[in-house]
Amino acid sequence: MRKILKNDGVQAFIASILCIILGMLVGYIALLFINPSGAGEAIMDLIKNFFNFNNPAKQIQRFGNTIAKTVPLLMCSLSILFSYKVGLFNIGAAGQYCIGVCASLYAALQWHWGWFPCMLFAIIAGGFAGALVGILKAAFNVNEVISGIMLNWIILYFTNIVLNKVKEVASPYTGYLSEINPKALLPNAGLDKFFNNNQYITIALPIALVVTIAIWVILNKTKLGYELKATGFNSKAAKYCGMAEKRNLILSLIISGALAGLGASLLYQTGYMRWECTAASVPGMGFNGIATAFLGGLSPIGAIFSSYFIQHIADGGAYVDKSMYCSQISDFISSVIIYFCGFVFFIKYVMNTVLAKRDKKDSNANKEGGEN
Amino acid sequence: MTLLIQYTLIFASVLLLVALGGCVSEHSGVINLGLEGIMVIGALGGALTMRFMPITVPAFVMVITVMIVAILCGVLYSTLLGVACINFKADQTIIGTALNMLGVAGATVLVKAINTAQDPNNVSSEIEYVTQRNMFVKNIGGFEFNWFMVAAVIALILVHVFLYKTKYGLRLMACGEHPQAADSVGISVYKMRWLGVLMSGALGGLGGICYILAGVSLWKFEVGVAGFGFLSLAVMIFGQWKPRRIALVALLFGFFRALSNVYVGFDFLYNLNIPAGIYNMMPYIVSLVVLALSSKHSHAPKAEGIPYDKGQR
Repeated sequence: MRKILKNDGVQAFIASILCIILGMLVGYIALLFINPSGAGEAIMDLIKNFFNFNNPAKQIQRFGNTIAKTVPLLMCSLSILFSYKVGLFNIGAAGQYCIGVCASLYAALQWHWGWFPCMLFAIIAGGFAGALVGILKAAFNVNEVISGIMLNWIILYFTNIVLNKVKEVASPYTGYLSEINPKALLPNAGLDKFFNNNQYITIALPIALVVTIAIWVILNKTKLGYELKATGFNSKAAKYCGMAEKRNLILSLIISGALAGLGASLLYQTGYMRWECTAASVPGMGFNGIATAFLGGLSPIGAIFSSYFIQHIADGGAYVDKSMYCSQISDFISSVIIYFCGFVFFIKYVMNTVLAKRDKKDSNANKEGGEN
Repeated sequence: MTLLIQYTLIFASVLLLVALGGCVSEHSGVINLGLEGIMVIGALGGALTMRFMPITVPAFVMVITVMIVAILCGVLYSTLLGVACINFKADQTIIGTALNMLGVAGATVLVKAINTAQDPNNVSSEIEYVTQRNMFVKNIGGFEFNWFMVAAVIALILVHVFLYKTKYGLRLMACGEHPQAADSVGISVYKMRWLGVLMSGALGGLGGICYILAGVSLWKFEVGVAGFGFLSLAVMIFGQWKPRRIALVALLFGFFRALSNVYVGFDFLYNLNIPAGIYNMMPYIVSLVVLALSSKHSHAPKAEGIPYDKGQR
């Protein structure tokens, strides 16, 4: 039992569950303050999400919607954790996601490209935005958090200007892909059949899973991944060992940005969402990616589960009683969860000290037993 | 032209207040990336005070109360940063980001709850303060003088005197440069860092209410404060963590931010036919360029961002 508890993965799992419970608890208390009569029910609505429907067919279809939005969140989460391994906090993932939306939609609606070139274009655009942050950091020593935030705003206004050219005449939204250029929609490949013909379930799902595994392999089984992690632990030591730390830094941000850009294409090219050209802030996807990356214990496999969880309660927010609460309560809970994720190292530290003390006690007891 | 000066000054006041907050906190050794969230909470406190105070009170009372409540809200919110980053040695970047998201989400939830409680059909996250806003401004020949400009100047003087002329300020700065050395001569590093964080909370909260009162008379809490917390950090870096330099940089940044508000009023700028988005981008582009130029030889406090561990003495 104690051996299991010492395992790093198990500790990460326990810490994450603890963060979720604490986050939910704080959310519940906040709901109690707003209106005590419906707080319990509202939390249940969040957790139930699509189970709020009684009809199983409807349930499975809504489950598909949640899955469709989990895919980009997973990509953003990978983006954050990948750069975090090098010791960089890529808060610019939100902007890199946004430029991915811009690239894929513009290529699809203006140039009528097929789905694959559109997706590649989004990846390149995201990677380029990531490279900017990386170059600013490597060559000019600019704090990546601040440059990332600045780029987020620049990219937001840029996206609004560019996509304004392909928007519908009567609304602030970009046109429907299915009407203007169905070629740009990701193929369903028969996967929609599993979700009661939910048209938004596309090859995005298998692509996301393959990419996740690829990232896991890169981080754990390749020379590049080893170098990146070494740079993250101690960049000076890495440099001393002959690793090109500046090149690694830029490379990791390019990959990180590309992941965010890919995430955008995997959502917007299903036709699930359209861009609103009067948007006043970048999509929250990149910021939620931070929550999921840390909640998943900074492991790509953990990110799959944490992304689904965060998206699940985010969608569940739509079902709370609107006469008392608003759907942002789920944003509130996920930000509380990130706050508690900051304590993960402390939680692990406590677990390890308690275990070490127990071990010591046991070995002392054994010694005494031996003497008698 | 007066309009341009007016907006430059008011935005510069916001940036100055918040950047001074960041400056004090970083001198004590804690990077406060949560300033954006602190601003939102300060703004929330101030806006709620304006909404629930009777508008019959004298302007003076209103101005002082709103400022004090905003400061208190900022201080209270910054304790979340202090507990996590000073006492529990949490990662300052994660906690700062969490506070930013929590600030916007929390404010939205609260304001929406208040709005729906009063009128079930009102699901907006807006607070309106038309008459109250007029109490903060004095119209002098077309120029809207704002009490926050005074507050910013006072804050500048206070922070300058505090950091360089008092023993607490010098001790605080020592904790950001070399906390182990500071501790060895009997300065409590934790106390000094707490002081730095709480002061940044106060200044951030004041900056937040100043920001939402700057140009408009209603605020939608869903949108947060548009990256102003981070712009302020850019101001602080370019100002090399020195209050007087920060003030000059704040004026420069304030000017670019003001341009996007008033460029329509200048014929030659308007005739260029540049989309509004370009003007909106300007402050952020300028800050990126400025950061690239000034970050190479950084004058940052040496120990900033590193949790203090007594065992490393």
